[in-house]
Amino acid sequence: MSASTIPAAATPAMPAPRPRWRRRLRRYGPAWTGGAIVIAWVLVAVLAPWISPYPPDAQDVVNRLQPPTTAHWLGTDVLGRDVFSRLLHGARLSLLAGFTVVLLGAAIGTTVGIVAAWARGIWDEALMRLTDLVLCFPPIILALAIAAALGIGTRNTILAMLVVWWPKFARLGRALALVQRSQEYVEAATVLGLRPSRILARHILPNTLGPLAVLVTLDLGNAILTFAGLSFLGLGVVPPTAEWGSMVAEGRELVEQWWVAAFPGLAILTVVVGFNFCGDGLRDWLDPKGRSR
Amino acid sequence: MDGSLPARTGATAADTPVLEVEDLRTVFLTDAGAVRAVDGVSFTVGPGETLGIVGESGSGKSVTALSLIRLLEEPARIVGGAIRFQGRDVLAMRGAELRDWRGDRAAMVFQDPMTGLNPVIRILRQVTEHMISHGRQTPAKARVRAVELLRRMGVAAPERAAASFPHQFSGGMRQRVMLAIGVANDPVLLIADEPTTALDVTIQAQILDLLRNLNAEFGTAIILISHDLGVIGTVCRRVAVMYAGEVVEEAETEAVLTDPRHPYAWALVNAVPRLDSPPGAGLTSIEGAPPDALNPPAGCRFAPRCPFKIAKCETDHPPLMEVAPGRRARCWVTADGRPLPPPPVAAEAAARTPEPGAPPLLEATGLAKHFPGARNSFFGPRAVVHAVNGVDLRLVRGESVGVVGESGCGKSTLARLVTRLHEPTAGTVRFEGRDITRASAAEMRPLRPRLQMVFQDPYASLNPRMRVRDILAEPLLAHGRAATRAEADSRVLDLMATVGLKPEWAARFPHEFSGGQRQRVSIARALALDPALVVADEPVSALDVNVQAQVLNLMLDLRQRLSLSYLFIAHDLAVVRAFCDRVAVMYLGRIVEEGPAIALFAWPLHPYTVALTSAVPEPGRERVILGGEPPSTLRLPTGCVFRARCPVAQPACEAPPPLAEVETGRRVACHFPGSFAPPGGKLGG
Amino acid sequence: MPRYIATRLLAAVAMAVLASLVVFLISALVPGDPVLAQLGDIAASNPATVLETRAKWGLDLPLWERYGIFLNGLVHGDLGVSIATRRPVLEDIVQYAPATMELATVSFLLTLLVGIPLGIAAAVWRDTWVDSLARAVSLLGVSAPTFWLAFIMLAIFYGGLEWAPGPGRLDPIAFPPEGPTGLFLVDSLLHRDWETFWDSAAHLVLPAIVLAAATIGLITRTTRAAMLDSLGQDYVRVSRAKGLKERAIVLRHALPNALVPVVTLGGLAYANLLAGAVMTETVFAWPGLGRYTFRSAAALDFPAIMGITLVVSATYLLVNLLVDLSYAALDPRVRR
Repeated sequence: MSASTIPAAATPAMPAPRPRWRRRLRRYGPAWTGGAIVIAWVLVAVLAPWISPYPPDAQDVVNRLQPPTTAHWLGTDVLGRDVFSRLLHGARLSLLAGFTVVLLGAAIGTTVGIVAAWARGIWDEALMRLTDLVLCFPPIILALAIAAALGIGTRNTILAMLVVWWPKFARLGRALALVQRSQEYVEAATVLGLRPSRILARHILPNTLGPLAVLVTLDLGNAILTFAGLSFLGLGVVPPTAEWGSMVAEGRELVEQWWVAAFPGLAILTVVVGFNFCGDGLRDWLDPKGRSR
Repeated sequence: MDGSLPARTGATAADTPVLEVEDLRTVFLTDAGAVRAVDGVSFTVGPGETLGIVGESGSGKSVTALSLIRLLEEPARIVGGAIRFQGRDVLAMRGAELRDWRGDRAAMVFQDPMTGLNPVIRILRQVTEHMISHGRQTPAKARVRAVELLRRMGVAAPERAAASFPHQFSGGMRQRVMLAIGVANDPVLLIADEPTTALDVTIQAQILDLLRNLNAEFGTAIILISHDLGVIGTVCRRVAVMYAGEVVEEAETEAVLTDPRHPYAWALVNAVPRLDSPPGAGLTSIEGAPPDALNPPAGCRFAPRCPFKIAKCETDHPPLMEVAPGRRARCWVTADGRPLPPPPVAAEAAARTPEPGAPPLLEATGLAKHFPGARNSFFGPRAVVHAVNGVDLRLVRGESVGVVGESGCGKSTLARLVTRLHEPTAGTVRFEGRDITRASAAEMRPLRPRLQMVFQDPYASLNPRMRVRDILAEPLLAHGRAATRAEADSRVLDLMATVGLKPEWAARFPHEFSGGQRQRVSIARALALDPALVVADEPVSALDVNVQAQVLNLMLDLRQRLSLSYLFIAHDLAVVRAFCDRVAVMYLGRIVEEGPAIALFAWPLHPYTVALTSAVPEPGRERVILGGEPPSTLRLPTGCVFRARCPVAQPACEAPPPLAEVETGRRVACHFPGSFAPPGGKLGG
Repeated sequence: MPRYIATRLLAAVAMAVLASLVVFLISALVPGDPVLAQLGDIAASNPATVLETRAKWGLDLPLWERYGIFLNGLVHGDLGVSIATRRPVLEDIVQYAPATMELATVSFLLTLLVGIPLGIAAAVWRDTWVDSLARAVSLLGVSAPTFWLAFIMLAIFYGGLEWAPGPGRLDPIAFPPEGPTGLFLVDSLLHRDWETFWDSAAHLVLPAIVLAAATIGLITRTTRAAMLDSLGQDYVRVSRAKGLKERAIVLRHALPNALVPVVTLGGLAYANLLAGAVMTETVFAWPGLGRYTFRSAAALDFPAIMGITLVVSATYLLVNLLVDLSYAALDPRVRR
């Protein structure tokens, strides 16, 4: 950010305005790309049963471990199942798990956090200690422990992840609400004699939605990664359910038949990249407006 | 003594101007085009001269300063003109040459002392590093010189200060450090961009004094940027007034203040309330706003708002013309050398006396508020911030009472105690006869419509996600003043008309308005419920001078029409004097003096009031420079709170003085009221 | 300052105790009867055996008593007995810890050496190719699942190009150094066994890169943001007005301020490393705690899982404590 960008001869030359589209592209290109990726995968997840060429559980042991061919676009796995079809169905599970955990966790966590910030006193302290407690474990380890305790299965894994996920949002909701609380327009609302419920709903909550939306979007990627990770470890889904993480686990030692593990992981990568682009774009979009006079 | 600078090499001719600026043009490149921030500015500063640049926000004065020292960052760019420093072409300097020149021959001091110092580096290094990097001193000598500089700038205990970190200092002290950094290499030119805007009045007086001494003792040429003509008047002999990116008047400061030749300068001079203006005189304010910097109008840029314009002004763009020896102005009306007429004297406002024997609208006794601070040690007691320490206040219907003081005196906390945003630690508050000291939110609710508040920050006091019509309708619907949305909407339009906002703006969001307009919305919101008392917490402090005048005039007008009472909190004495019937002066959470506004500012009795009024930078006012800093609110001094800084403190002051009535209607908390005579005798009439 | 340290220490200890409670509760609330699961169908049908086993394991005592026994055991280093290996969990952990420590330390150093300079460069040369590169690296690191990345790296660099050695810490036929530490790099240096040194170093390359990937992504991104923030501050403008060299401004003024948020992330980054180690070690057949975790999870070996959780969270608390303490060194405003 050096400051000597002056033309050598100080002749009066009014520079032309930069092309608007180039700047727009650089700023919002990634965000739109991310959005497109996410929407594409959501469509895939919804339409999976109709667009996948084979049923995900259909075994064809004779044709096991075939490389990608025209019959099987992404090859077959150790039991002869079509990788591509399993991939499509895996999208359903991953996206479902991710959305459930993050949206529910955010809803619960933020509400608790905002209420604690408004109520203050002992409720606030109690909440802080509780979130501290959960946050002193690395998330995946704790999720692992709980999931192991509850037993294998998608529902139990989601539950375990929920327990681990909500404190982050409680913390954020509380921090945002505290900032809002000392804003002058909240003081003004108090002086106007509005009821606390109205102040919370109309004045505090809407102004916390922005940063919240950013965190939710970025976190969707994290949740999918964690769920896939837990499945990889054998805790997530029950075989023979098609899930990206467990698919990679099945193929993790098959270096020669790399397609079994590579493609599911690639799917995860693209989804998470999509959410990250969206989240970053959302953050950039909100920021200048928030700072504008 | 050690640490003095070696003799400057390459002496220049004594009359080469230090700085020559010719037709400087700077633009901001935006998506919409090039915004002309500085559009043809020219001036000259000779050796040892002082020049002020005054203008409101958006006038281009700060951008000019940054252009002079080549500190512009993308998307700003200098696109025309010439800058010569002692004959050298500044615009042609690149890289190493530019770096050599900056901080050595020419230096700059910025506005905000709180953020200008690096929080993780010790003061000493921040003062010495550029002395060493420019090769002016060896590290050892630089250390000695740094301590000496700090001492000269008035930093207490300079050796210890040098070893400390910035966060351990107050704003005033930090600005002194910034000044020390600026003059460390004995520059020929010092540019100060609003150096005192963020500081209290008494501290401001100290810093301006320092600047004056710098110029007098060392012959450093100074360019002082400010929005306050009074500030410039205390330091600079000449001033350039900027509007819409151009210099519109350039003359001796004294001349501009007494006899402005450009209508904008005229408006600036007359919009500022002064402590010595006749009582009841209104503030001159001009409607409108500066022109669009993307497409300035064809003729004179001030023409759309000018009360004196003639036909030529709208078509021909006036150049800077000489209207008198040593004076230039950019105006067709005064081009032939005639002066501008004085402002119309407003009709004397009907003297409002409160009904005798009326019960007080607001009564506060012994109010105190202590906040818990950080814990010093794990097992030690929590620190306590003593924001308000025993305040008695009485306000009768129809009265307008002002509370003044510098930062930390507790006036904002007082405002929040009175409106029950905070609960008092001690004391009582009665509103319309009812004790609201411990009232719960539910108990307060029916009283709220009668007791409203206007806040300081026009940007933070409106919910950015609500449209104006929703903001104004909300209280009406919540308190049942309007049964349906349609009823509320019609009331909203009435309110907007009352405060001078166009009805078609009702669907806009706050960020689409200017600061002054947002403050009008705040006022409208406060009026929505027909209050009896409006507590205004620094309502105009964040506004430009002209906008400030507009809003104050509005508030005065409303007071007349709606018979409102005000509790007006401010730090600007002249504003309070123009607006209020009675004034209370606060210091460290206590009221030290109280009385009728005119009398209090004309014949202040408490030494602090004397210092405060004399510190206001108005020309011709002799300043009392109050030493020291206000003590911390964490540990209250025993005895009189002002004792440590009082010029006439005596041993008797160890006993805290009560707020006692000294003359009719005047109360002073001092053992020796009136013993500290204001310099220059009594002020104004 | 001593108060600051004392406060933090006390808080950490309190948290550790509470964490143990959480772990205990999780293990105690396992649905289904562990006794029945262990005994197998035939033995479980005999009520007497069930009662006996229950009593042996203390499962018939009230909950709080069991917690007391649990805590007591913790203090004495008894973390239970692994169902799979039939050894005390603590013994298992002690055996596998050095491998993970070696991997984690090398990864962490890699993260610092790559992530921070990349973040600084991205901020200083904003919107240039350096910035785009940094952001791409950061994005991929954060988005790629560790277990997949491990597989891909192995497949490409070992399976395909044959540049890197295979899974494991050493060549299958090599002998591990008898060292005091269990860290092969250190031990082989101590014994001046150069061949083993290079062998173990070569085996460290791929897993360290994979493990560091996610953390590098995080650190780069944070460093970049913190540096941009720092460079936009007033004191940087003041430094330019003083005529200081740009390099001095970036490294001596902006960077120290930017490090504070980056260090905050240190704790979080460490958690990432621990989680990533589970995946990485599994794929690279690295005999460390990560692979032990994987095996225990797959086998639903509860005592092992609980033991690991405790040890990992204790380490995590310790790291966060160190991060808290380092604030005092970095930010003078904290030392009151």
